[in-house]
Order: sequence, then structure tokens, then C-alpha cells
Amino acid sequence: MGAKARSPWLLFGMKPSRGVLATGVASLRALPEPIRIRAAKPMPEEKDTMTKFIIRRFLSLIPTMFVIITLSFFLIRFAPGGPFSGEKNLPEQVIQNMLKKYHMDEPLGKQYLRYFGDVLRGDFGPSLRYKDSTVNELINRAFPVSIVLGSTALVIACVLGILAGITSALKQNKWQDYSAMALAVVGISVPLFVIGPLLQLAFAMKLKVFPVAGWINGRAGMAAIVLPAITLALPYFAYIARLSRASILEVLRADYVRTARAKGLTESVVIAKHVLKGALLPVVSFLGPSFAGIITGSLVVESTFAIPGVGRIFVQSALNRDYPLIMAEVIILSLLLVMLNFVVDIVYGFLDPRIAYK
Amino acid sequence: MTEEVILQVKDLKTYFHVDEGLVKAVDGVSFNLRKGETLGIVGESGSGKSVTNLSIINMIPSPPGRIAGGEVIFMDKDLLKLPMNELRQIRGNKIAMIFQDPMTSINPFLRISTQMIETIVLHQGLSKVEAKAKAIDMLKLAGIPAPEKRIDQYPHQFSGGMRQRVMIAMSLSCNPEILIADEPTSALDVTIQAQILDLMRDLTARLGTAVILITHSLGVVAGMCDTLCVMYAGRIVERGATGAVFEEPKHPYTQGLVKSVPRLDRISGDRLFSIRGQPPNVIDLPDCCPFYPRCDRAMDVCKRKYPRTTEFGNGRAVSCWLYTEAR
Repeated sequence: MGAKARSPWLLFGMKPSRGVLATGVASLRALPEPIRIRAAKPMPEEKDTMTKFIIRRFLSLIPTMFVIITLSFFLIRFAPGGPFSGEKNLPEQVIQNMLKKYHMDEPLGKQYLRYFGDVLRGDFGPSLRYKDSTVNELINRAFPVSIVLGSTALVIACVLGILAGITSALKQNKWQDYSAMALAVVGISVPLFVIGPLLQLAFAMKLKVFPVAGWINGRAGMAAIVLPAITLALPYFAYIARLSRASILEVLRADYVRTARAKGLTESVVIAKHVLKGALLPVVSFLGPSFAGIITGSLVVESTFAIPGVGRIFVQSALNRDYPLIMAEVIILSLLLVMLNFVVDIVYGFLDPRIAYK
Repeated sequence: MTEEVILQVKDLKTYFHVDEGLVKAVDGVSFNLRKGETLGIVGESGSGKSVTNLSIINMIPSPPGRIAGGEVIFMDKDLLKLPMNELRQIRGNKIAMIFQDPMTSINPFLRISTQMIETIVLHQGLSKVEAKAKAIDMLKLAGIPAPEKRIDQYPHQFSGGMRQRVMIAMSLSCNPEILIADEPTSALDVTIQAQILDLMRDLTARLGTAVILITHSLGVVAGMCDTLCVMYAGRIVERGATGAVFEEPKHPYTQGLVKSVPRLDRISGDRLFSIRGQPPNVIDLPDCCPFYPRCDRAMDVCKRKYPRTTEFGNGRAVSCWLYTEAR
């Protein structure tokens, strides 16, 4: 056998005299030994490129934020209406005094520079609507509430959504799949102002397991957070479930999963080790921006459950033309989005070895 | 080569139920594989080559697929009736597979070491450290330079040919009795194809592994295989020793295939022979010879009934009315 293996290929079987049939493969047998391909160049220090990547992404944040702040500052000013134009007809002198107090009588360029300087010092200015609070005070009070509620909701959505997605994909077209996906359709299509009151009715009024509404900071508020968190989580749950189901189904058909099965691995190892890592990548990229969205509050959930979060403040600020508060909202949301997308990029690098940071 | 038969496929039938009807992807395929033998299965796309081999280790996706009948006897057991946990001890251990596209057949998210070690630990009961040493040995055998370093890399850091070498190392790491190679070189460029085939032949000869080589290239079969099965529309139409089949192809389809291989000794400028027509639509195929619409020597009987198999001795057999009539 060894001799046969070494000898040059007898093209087409045993009798070359009969005419040499050349095929693509055979005709190239003129090559002597298999060409040894040199080992790939040593990889550049992974840590090093990673640090550089992080620094560069951080630096790119500066122009991004500059453009966002500038654009929204002027856009808001050019929108019709202003903070003091209301139903009541205020005397001209009063309006002038108010404008003067908030430096709004100055030329727009000067106002912009003043605002920019304040923001750089971390001062978002006074709220024009909530007269006795600064924007910083408002946000310091409400933002922690929204962060706690939003993170709880997202954790619920993520854990249950991925579990539902896995179950659906593995039991495709069986009752488990149909019920999970039916729940997902409900989650996407039924509005929160319907879900919220229904949950209140069932779990607070009838079963009396959770409070109807209200918010208590700290451990004592654990029961109060359940219903609003579930309400807020539902659409995210639905989206994550559908997303992970689709991508697991896709990966299950991948060639490398067939290879894993052909190696004799049990189905649970195939799923846990070979399927999930690749399949959950789309979920990770969805989680970044949705985390930014979910912790900046929801008007509907906060109103339904009487929660002092930022969602209500932010929506009202837009209606009231509360310029400093709107600006703070824009800055916080865009900063969060940029940062979280950045985090997603880094997490991707850990999950998918094919991604290289440059 | 011994005469000991290690794998017997008897009248294997694998059907797929699709919306348009019943596809008999494999319809009564039988062959024997002897120890250390290299068996080639050739045929056009859709002729049932890959399905035959996935059926052997019972990996037909079900639904829509279903193994409708037949036996696959390996080590005195019918693999088709084996419970899943026993079958898994054979997959990757006694019967290993290599797939067509090395770019997609290795998990891109896991290191080569992880993917090689898991099989060795699973089937050979070695510790992770021992398994890694064994994996490095296998990579070295497969011609991967600096395997101690390369083993900790990810698949995307390997070229296509290198990945197929990794695949070969991975599949042979448990010393399988049988290696099923499903078009192992079709996705590679020609210069690499020859190297990979050389490597496969070299390693399987050294380890005494029997090989079932699925391919659509007659050149590959000529260089690699001891025996040859020609498949058409889910059935084996001709089989025999490779040399004998090439020397005197009996089935009109095989004759066509052999004639359509470009030859170096033919005057250039001649048109290359090609078999006319298209492969048959295999949905709800009637009980006729599926090749008759394309066959120059078709007779009335070919349209009415599938031909019986005529044995010529020495494992040579043809399913064609031409030979049934002659006898």
C-alpha cells in the first residue's frame, strides 16, 4: 500500500499506454512533494490592537457628540414655539424678564457657546418648567429609577426571550414553538397601555400578589418593580425570542453543526457548544441599542404604574420646549447609544474570533 | 488487502417527502466495503451519493427524510436499528466523515484544539492534556506546519487546503475503521486537490482505514479507488474494480461518463463528448430505467421496467436491459 501511495499517480488506472486521461486534478500531478505552506505570520499582540481600538473609538466619540449637541441645540431653537409661549398671555415685560434671566435674549451664537461651556463642566442648566430644580437635580432623581426598572426588564426579556427562542427552534413546528411564538406576537402587537392595566387587574387587584403601582427605592421596592418590569420587558422579550429562534434555526442547518453531529457528540453538547455561540450574536447586537432605549424610560409604563422615572420628564420636556432638559435628554441618550454600541463591538470581538480590531 | 467485509449496505432506501411528492433519493443501494479498501461512488449532482452516506450513519434530517428500508451492517450490527446512544459511539469513532466545504464544515467560533479534543476525549477516554497531544500528532501527520501553535488558532486563520487537512486530522484522530469523504476536494482549487487526495490516501493506507469516497470527478476515482460504484437517480447502475470499469464500461451511462473525460492523447479541437439531456426529475419517478430518455441504445423494455442487475463475477455488476437480454 505504501509503495502505491508514493508512486506518481498512474493516471487513469493501470495501463498508461492505453491513453492518458487527464482531468483537472490529474494533470497537475507534475508537482513534486506537496507544497508546504509556511506558518502564518505570528499574530500581532492581541491586547495591543485591542487597546488601540478602544482609545480610537473613545476619541471618535468627541466629534460625534460635538455634532449631536450642535445640531440639536439649533434645531430645537428653530422649532416653532418656546418655553414661555403658553395658553396664558403673559405681559411682554414678564416674558422679556424671563428671557433675560435665562440668557435667552442674547444672540443665539453666544447662547450656544455659553451652553457648550456649561455642558463641558457637567452643568445642564436650570429647568425652564420645573422652576425650583436644575436639570441635573431632575436627572439625578429620576434616572436611577429608570436604570433599575429598565435593567430589570431587560434581564427578564433577555433570559426568557433566549430560552423561548431556543425552545422554539429545537421544537420547530411543535406546540412549544407555536405557543412561544404566539406569546411573542402578543408581546409585539399589544400596546403597553393595555398590557400594564391587565397585569394590574390580574396580579394586583384580584390575586393581590403585587402592589398596583408606586415606587420605593431599595430592597423594599422589590415587589413593586415586578409588574412594571414585566410590562416593559414584554416587547423586548418578543423581539429577542423571535430573533434567537430565527438565528438558531439558521445555525442548526450549518455545515459545522452537521460535522459536530457526525463526530458523535450528543445533541445537548451540539446545541450548547456548537450552535448557541454563533446563534446569539444577533441578540447581542440587538441588546446594545435596546439597553439605551429601555433605561431612558417609558412614558406609558411610568404613567401606568406611577413611577418617577425619566421617561415622563423627557416627553414633557419636549412638549414644554424645556430647552435645557431636552438637550440633556439628547446628550444622555446619544452618549448611551454610542457607548453601548461600542460595548457591543467589544463583546462581538470576544464571541466571534473572526472579527479583528484594527 | 484482505477480503474481510467490514460494511455491508443492503438494499438501502432513503426517501424524502416533499410538497411535490416522494423523492426516492436512494432506492435500493447495495454494496460491500472491505477492510482497507477505497470505494468510489460517482454520479451527477442529485444522484443520491451524499444521501447514501449520510444514511449509513443515520444522519438523514427527518422530516422530510426517512430511511424507508434496507440494512447497514457494521460490526455485526444494523446501524439503522441501533439506538441513538450506541450509534453516537460509532459516529466519529469507528466511522468518521469529511465534508465537502472545509470553509464551512469547521465551527468558526471554536479553536481547532477545542474541536479536535472534544472528539478524542469523547471516544477514547483520554484526558484533555493527552487528547491535545494526540491532536497535535494528528495535525503533524496531516502536514500542518507548527501544529503546537496552529492548534490553538481559529479556523479562519487557516487557508482552505489547510482546513481540509485539519478536517482529515480531526476525522482520523480516533482511528476509524471507515472514513466517509463526501467530495473532499470539490471546494478546493486544483493544485490543493491533488495534495489533499495524496494526504488522504497516504494516511488511510498507514492507518488501514477503509474509505468511501464520494465524488463527481472520474479523475479522482481513477487515482484513489480500488472499486467503483456509479450512481444514477438513486441507484447503483454499475459497479466493479476501478480498472475494469474504466477499461470496459458496460452501462451506457458509464460509457458516456468515461467518454466525456478530456484525454491528453486526443487531437485538440475535437468537441468533448457530453451525455445529452438532463438528469431526471426524481420526484415520483416511475418504475422504468431512469436513464432511457438520454440513452442511445434505449429499447422498449427500458420504458416499462427497471432492469434487473446482471452479475459478471469479481464484484462486477450492471443494471441494464442490454445485458439482461443478452443472457
